[in-house]
This record gives sequence, C-alpha cells and structure tokens, in this order.
Amino acid sequence: MSELLRSYLTVGIFGVAAIAMAGAMLTIARILRPQRPTPQKLIAYESGVDPVGGDWAQSQIRYYVFAVLFVLFDVEAVFIFPWATRLEVYGTFGLVEMAIFIFILVLGLFYAWRKGVLRWV
Amino acid sequence: MATQSVLAFVGPSVNWWALLPQMILLGAALLIMLVSALAPKQTSTPFVTVTTMCAAITSYIVATGLWNDVQRDGPSSSIASAFGIDGFSIFFTMLILVALAATALLSHGYLDKEGIDAPEFHALLLCSAAGAIVMASANDLVVMFIGLEALSIGLYVMIAMHDRRQEARESAIKYFVLGAFSSAFLLYGIALTYGATGSTNLIHIRDYLGAVVFRDQHLLMAAMALLLVGLSFKVAAAPFHFWAPDVYQGAPSPVTGWMASVAKAAGFAALLRIFFAAFASHRIDWTPIVSVLAAVTLVVGAVMAILQNDVKRMLAFSSVSHAGYVLIAVQAATDQGTAAALFYLFTYTFMVLGTFAVVGAMGRDDDHPLANYAGLGRSRPVLAIGFTILLLAQAGIPTTSGFVAKFQVIAAAVNNKNYVLAGLAMITAVVGAFMYLRIVMAMYVDNEEQKSSVPSWHWSTKVVVIAMVGFTLLAGLVPQFLIEFAEDAVPILIRG
Repeated sequence: MSELLRSYLTVGIFGVAAIAMAGAMLTIARILRPQRPTPQKLIAYESGVDPVGGDWAQSQIRYYVFAVLFVLFDVEAVFIFPWATRLEVYGTFGLVEMAIFIFILVLGLFYAWRKGVLRWV
Repeated sequence: MATQSVLAFVGPSVNWWALLPQMILLGAALLIMLVSALAPKQTSTPFVTVTTMCAAITSYIVATGLWNDVQRDGPSSSIASAFGIDGFSIFFTMLILVALAATALLSHGYLDKEGIDAPEFHALLLCSAAGAIVMASANDLVVMFIGLEALSIGLYVMIAMHDRRQEARESAIKYFVLGAFSSAFLLYGIALTYGATGSTNLIHIRDYLGAVVFRDQHLLMAAMALLLVGLSFKVAAAPFHFWAPDVYQGAPSPVTGWMASVAKAAGFAALLRIFFAAFASHRIDWTPIVSVLAAVTLVVGAVMAILQNDVKRMLAFSSVSHAGYVLIAVQAATDQGTAAALFYLFTYTFMVLGTFAVVGAMGRDDDHPLANYAGLGRSRPVLAIGFTILLLAQAGIPTTSGFVAKFQVIAAAVNNKNYVLAGLAMITAVVGAFMYLRIVMAMYVDNEEQKSSVPSWHWSTKVVVIAMVGFTLLAGLVPQFLIEFAEDAVPILIRG
C-alpha cells in the first residue's frame, strides 16, 4: 500500500469509529427507552405548531433574481480586492484588464435592468 | 504596513493575434446585448443575424491568416503555453465558425417562427462558440475546463429558450444536471492528473510522462478514467449517452444541430489533445478502454436508432453511433487515426447541420413522428432530394463525404491491426443504414390520402441546406483537399 493510501487509513478508521459510536448510542437508547407509541408522535415536528397543508410550497421567484445578481457582484468583489491591494504593481495593464472585466459585468446588469428584470412586480 | 518594494509586474506574453477569433465573437455578443438594451423597441432579428454572420466571417478570415502563419512558421503556443496555436486548434476554430454561421442562418427564420428572443439567443450562441474555440485550443486542462463551461452554459440556456414547450425546459434541466455531473468527473480527473504529474499544462504532462517511469501508476490511471468519463458524457458516447435522445428531442432544432456538431467536435478536440497528444507515452493504458467504448457506442447507436419512431430521437442515436466511429479513430492513437477523426468531425458537422436544418423547418417544432415526413418527396421534391443525400451521407453511401470519412476511420483501425473493431464498424454501418433508409422510405413511399402540409421554407434555411448538401457531395467526390487539411491539423504540443 502506498504512502498516500496509508494516510487515508486514518480517515477510514475515524469513519468506522464514528459510525460505530453513533450506532451503539442509538441501539442502547432503543433497548433502554420505554416504548409507548401514539399517533401524535408521528406528526412532523413544526416547532410545536400543528403542520397544516401540503409539503409542496412555492416560493417567490423574484428573490432568486436578486440572489443571482448578489452572487455575481460578490464574485466581482472577490476579484477586485486582491487586484486593488497590488494596483501599483499591475500598473496600466491591470487597470485596463479590470476595466474590461467590470465593463462586461456592468453591461450584464444594464441589460438586466433594461429588460425589466430588476422591477419588483 | 511596511514599505513594499514595488516590482514591475511582468505578465506572460500574449499573442493577441491568435486570440482574435474568439475575441471577435465575444465582442459581437457584447455588441448585441448593448444594442438590444439601448434600443427603445424590440431589436430586429435581421440586425442580430447580420452581426453574428459578420463576426463569424471576420473571425474565419483571421483564422485563415493564422492557418497560413502556422503552415509557414510552425506551431507555437501563447500565454505561458496555456493556449495552443497549431493546425489542430485552427482546424477546430474553422469548423466551429462554419457551424456558427450555419446555426445563425437557420435560427433567422426559426426564432421568429417559434417566438424566441433573437438577441439573447445570438449572444449566447456567440459566447458558446467562443467557449468551444477556447476548449479546442487550450493547452492547459484548467483553460480547457473554462472553455467547456462557457460552451455548456450557453447551451443549457439555449435549449431552455423554447418557452412554448414543456419538453424544452425538461431537456434543459436534464442536460444541465448531467452536464454538471460530467464536469465534476472531468474536474476530478484534472485534479488527479495534477496529483500524478505536478502540472495541469499538457506540454508539461507530456514531457513528465515521457521522462518518468511510475512505480505505482494507480493515480494516473484513475485520472485517465475520470477524464475519459467526463468527456464521453460531452460527446455522447455509450454508456454515457442516456441524456442524448431526450435532450436532442426537446431542444429547438437549430440548437440540436449546434449541440450535435459543435459540442461533439469540441469534446473530441479535448479528448484528442489530452489523450493522443499529452498521454501519448501511456497509450497502452488508454487505447483498450477507448476501443471498448467505441465498440459499445457503435452497437448501442445503431441498434437503438432502429427502435425509435421520432425522427429527432433517431438522429440522436445516429449521433451516438457517429461518436463511436470517431472513437475508433481516436483509439488508433496514430497520426493517421487522428487525421481520420478530424476528417470525420468536419464532414459530420456539415451533414448534421443540414439534417437538423430540414428537421427544424418541418412545420412547428414539436414532436417529429416519422409520419410527418410522409409524402415530402411529392410535395417538395428538391428539398426531399437534399434531405435524402444528407441522410445517405450519414449512412456512409459512396460519392458522399460520409463514405470517405467512414473509410478512413476503418482504414486507421485496420492499419492498427484492430480487425475486430473494423469489422464491427462495417456491420453497424449496415445496421445503421436501415434507420436512415426508413426516413427516406417515409418520404417517398406514401399512400395518397396522407397529405403532409409543409409550410414554405425561409430562404435562409434553403441556403443552409443547399450549402451543406453541396459540401457533402464535394467532399465525397473530391475529398483530397479535405484529407490534406486534416493531415496538417494533427495536434502538436509545443512550448511557446
């Protein structure tokens, strides 16, 4: 067995120990606890409130659009921060590159805005 | 903060000229989005089509210049050897640009007919074409992956753009989930390749594998297997083809043509660059796997196509079997085999785009039962002949490009002494021909009361069909120019 695989052995042993421990605790609990089943105990737990209605609920799609835009500009920020700390080093080349990058993203936002995606209907 | 010495940043040298083809496409995509955002009214479809066509033609002219440069000065690479400029990359750039122009023309009539927003469609098409070019030119696995994602994400959306049809959305979700799944395989393969060789650069990988003998090459084998599975999904090789029939059926027909031609070509470009060029010294390890894949793909593609009743599903399985033929050429792992694969992919692009041009123009793009094509030979004889030629070319009938392509693939297998695979290819070609002949029969043998009502075709569709049929016959009768083109386009990994 190679050195790489041997180091994974630790992970394997850890996994087996985790499963054995959890299994043992659940088994002991099952043996020790009193068993008095009632219908109420089978209701899905809703923080103490009786669950009403089906389990298929629709959520507003408009939140999703904003979530996508948020992720987009979050990623943009991730790229801008390291660039900004080294701005002098990258010089004009870096400035032009970042301008192109931001231009493309802003164009996307502009397009979304003009097509009415940002309107809260 | 302590004072830092400001060192001038020296980036890798960039050959902008070589990047121009995909930059033109991206520029056109941005232009279309900008105009469509600024325009007070709906942007007209002709403007968008003309922009895409201009971008494709300009790009093609640049690519021709690059081809001449490479033939004169030899191949090179750019951006820290991450981007290859060899005959191979320019060959695929040209193939993708031809497919782009054809798809743009096809969608001209199609988008208005089906009520799809033209600017968005074309912007996505252009981005996806640029991604395909990056994927075919990348000399680095990570750059290749970025190209693959750019190609696929455009495709996912283009498939779903058919608002009217529930099936389009269903197939987009299917393709998205399986595409993401296969991307994960590919990415894991890239990670393990990095683990085994210490680089994601294909040139470095080739040099390393050529110089080092592994005591234990399990890591490299796992990497190869994962890369192969990831790319087999993309090119729809059995047993990773299960998405193909549903997605081909659900997608709008021009997008199906685009997916069948460009996604497959770019997938094979990546496959050839990774396996044939970079893993060349380990061909004993991967050629048996690829030949088994080829055999399974051939049989599944040919047999399952017979069982279908929907024309688009039939063509989906036919595209699976075409992937099998190209895999035969890939498993040969010789220059001859690679040239045969390139020839096959180039001629296949023309055949499949022409075929889906006809399919997309057959009335409303819903289901395509075989009965829809009944009587086409009587009602529209010229186009029926065109469709017949394209189908027979796919079957591999002499005087068409399909025959030359299949012949070269089988010759490559025979020269490699893989007689079993060559024999299997010939048998499945006969089985597959039955499926194409079924469609041809449906067009010509009809009973009187069945009247196929085919609306008049848009001129742009006619142009595409005529051009594709013309090229298919040309490459079938005088194939020498294309054979030489393919032989000059064998991939070469070279430091920039």
